[in-house]
Amino acid sequence: MELNELLFLVIALVTVLSAMVVAFSKKILHSAFALLATLAGFAALYVYLSADFLAVTQIMVYVGGILILILFGVLLTHRIYDTSKRTTHNSVWWSLIGSLLFLTILLVVIFKAPWLASIGSTFAPTTAKIGRNILTTYLLPFEVISVLLLGALIGAVSIGRMEDRKK
Amino acid sequence: MIRLETFLIIGAIVFALGIFTILYKKNAVGILMGVELLLNSVNLNFIAFSKYIDASINGQMVALFIIILAASEAAVALAIILNLYRLHATVDVSQIDDMKN
Repeated sequence: MELNELLFLVIALVTVLSAMVVAFSKKILHSAFALLATLAGFAALYVYLSADFLAVTQIMVYVGGILILILFGVLLTHRIYDTSKRTTHNSVWWSLIGSLLFLTILLVVIFKAPWLASIGSTFAPTTAKIGRNILTTYLLPFEVISVLLLGALIGAVSIGRMEDRKK
Repeated sequence: MIRLETFLIIGAIVFALGIFTILYKKNAVGILMGVELLLNSVNLNFIAFSKYIDASINGQMVALFIIILAASEAAVALAIILNLYRLHATVDVSQIDDMKN
């Protein structure tokens, strides 16, 4: 086995195992920190798929933005000093049945589908291509999504400050 | 050479774990984490297809838009959750039934 593939195996294992910690951990704070490893693992997997721009975007947006937001959410809504209140969960067996059924369907599809022979693409920087695509083929989605982002920001602020209006 | 199926299997496992998280957790922030897992595994599939099947980078473009959607979704969801906590002093989704009846 080459060093390259060994490293890939380690990254895949870290990603999947930390995703398991996110799912099974009893404490929500542990889940939030395990999510850090999962998101970083996904960024590393993107590098293996020769998506350099997306790997950096993943780290910047997810690890630098969304994860911090989630941590804020956990720490602001969770009484860490109140140990008497235990976090409750739904039934683990029904959740397992639901997710395992879905996993079976996905795996059957993956193994049965006749995938095309892979194109032997070599690694090339994608930033220039993405920039050109955004301003040509994907111009309309780009504009629509910028309006959506603005709407989401305004919506988040207005929902977050709802209590001022009630007074 | 790493095959396409490897990435698809990793994506499928993480997707199933995300569904498990959504079903299992009662904490609203935990459910949000499950949604992030789902979006990430879908992204992985898109980028894998973009490398192995598509000659251009259309899959990466879609993944980029999904990342933006995930960011806005997380912001709005966190605002709602913080508001819920202020009103109810809990983020347990099974106890919040304002819109029932």
